Amino acid sequence: MSKRTVEVELATPGVGARGETLRVPLGVAQQPDLAAEHMLINIGPQHPATHGVLRLVVELDGETVVRVIPHLGYLHSGFEKLGEYRHYNQIIPLTDRTDYLSPMANNVGFALAAELLMGIAITPRCTVLRVIACEMSRIISHMVWLGTTSIDLGAFTPFLWAFQERERIYNLQEMWTGARLTTSVTRVGGMMADVPDDFVAGLRHFTQTFPKTLSEIDRVLTRNAVWVGRTQGVGVLTAAEAINHSLSGPMLRASGVAYDVRKDKPYLDYETYDFDVVVGEHGDVYDRYLVRLEECSQSNRILQQALDRLPDGPINIADPRVILPPKSRAMNDMEAMIYHFKQVMEGVKAPVGEAYVGIENPKGELGTYLVSDGTAKPVRWRIRPPSFINLSALPQMAAGHLLSDLIAINASVDIVMGEVDR
Amino acid sequence: MNPSVDALRATFGNAIGRALESCGDTIVYVGRDALLDVMAWLRDTPGHTYDYLVDVTAVEYRDRERPLEVVYGLRSLSRRADLRVKVELDSQGDLTVDSVVPLWRGADWLEREVYDMFGITFRGHPDLRRILMWETYAEGYPLRKDFPLRGRFSRAEQVRQALAARPEAHYSLEELSIADAYEELPADMKERLRRGTRGELPDSE
Repeated sequence: MSKRTVEVELATPGVGARGETLRVPLGVAQQPDLAAEHMLINIGPQHPATHGVLRLVVELDGETVVRVIPHLGYLHSGFEKLGEYRHYNQIIPLTDRTDYLSPMANNVGFALAAELLMGIAITPRCTVLRVIACEMSRIISHMVWLGTTSIDLGAFTPFLWAFQERERIYNLQEMWTGARLTTSVTRVGGMMADVPDDFVAGLRHFTQTFPKTLSEIDRVLTRNAVWVGRTQGVGVLTAAEAINHSLSGPMLRASGVAYDVRKDKPYLDYETYDFDVVVGEHGDVYDRYLVRLEECSQSNRILQQALDRLPDGPINIADPRVILPPKSRAMNDMEAMIYHFKQVMEGVKAPVGEAYVGIENPKGELGTYLVSDGTAKPVRWRIRPPSFINLSALPQMAAGHLLSDLIAINASVDIVMGEVDR
Repeated sequence: MNPSVDALRATFGNAIGRALESCGDTIVYVGRDALLDVMAWLRDTPGHTYDYLVDVTAVEYRDRERPLEVVYGLRSLSRRADLRVKVELDSQGDLTVDSVVPLWRGADWLEREVYDMFGITFRGHPDLRRILMWETYAEGYPLRKDFPLRGRFSRAEQVRQALAARPEAHYSLEELSIADAYEELPADMKERLRRGTRGELPDSE
């Protein structure tokens, strides 16, 4: 077997050690007609600017991108297949690992779909806690996006500020769930745990101090000549194109489409919160940045309102067929022990039917589509992956731009490969 | 029930199958041959304007008697209304359905994923090839119910295939044809490309 690989062959144009011109191995033109010589380069799957194990094969004319062909699947884990062999509550840990930058919001999305399927109405305290979980996730996800994108475009300082804020949310998350990443915070019909005593005070302190960091980031980037030059007019999608590509979330809104699931198909009583849907105008990388930055402060507003209204009361519904009894009762009370046994061994059965719930995740609309045949395990668990669908517009956005702009455009999509590949 | 169902019945007659409601969403079954016309009508007719394709996926039931379903989630952004359209395919028969990429570009990768995971072919798709699994993946379609959870091949066989994969198996034919790279490829690689047997297992020497 020949040891030559395509990668090596394609990337060795240029001048040799003695100054002689090396033949470009691809498209060997008889006359040196540089305009007709396209180069094929391979970015990734291990590359810091692809934000995960994304591989892009790029056809270049000089420095101009002619065509981008994304290759996915390096992180494919078969979550949807695995879910068909799991009880509903056993699927929740799998949702942590899809979009691992906003695990708590994924937990909420799945729990809402399972509850819709089973016809369960959750308690008021649980509703508000889930809103808090979703908005905390939005802030950490946008902070990661902001930090990594600014690094891609050459700004290092905002990265440190953004990750510092993310760390503060992670500490709160750890306080609540015991984990920073694999939170598994929801259960069908309630939550895994109530928030600890000093959580509310800690989160309130965060919401009071977080806007200062946002304004610092805003001051460093929004009117920065390098940032503006690298992002404005790059990767433009019109509103009609964004809709036709099924984009969602900040990508859709940056193109001027005011669609936000929280407003237009409200869940968790989002219609009772006072916040604005952030809409861009030009649909370029700069507008996506502005939309995400402003969404952080809107999330901060929602968090403050949620903390103000957080009611007392139970976090779980009072149905022993769905919610596990407390350990002390399961050990001492015969009936509770039977319910405990049946839930662990048989799972919670869902009626025949199907349910789709879309929630506004940081990346876009995260849909959970569950089909049940009456057993305790779903026939089909489908994740509508927002960043997978948003990424599919990359070839169109990048064509005609410079290679360095491709990095900016790819960053602006805000992908998480765990979710793209699932 | 979503009023679009009655309008569909009035326009397409027998091509529209049963309609039902589940968890607040209306589901309407459409005959396979009428799918593209129905979708174009739903997208463009004033008063319906389902201009946003939420999702394309497929469902196979544990009950072997039930047909496979291709599921389209449609949404009207202006009217904030949802409709789920389904096409039934006999799992033993011809698993082909018209592609909706001409209507929604967003269906491109979604249909590729359904093809990759269920083996359903979308007629008229511009670039129908595997997306999550690699192109020379030989074990079948992972989300089908007859596919075992851990795959068809043993772990040892899976490792052997991964280690033995030819480099060109990681490029599509389209990419290898870019910039006339084909002429520069080694002879044995060209031969394999011509035979269409990229990435096959090397003979055990």
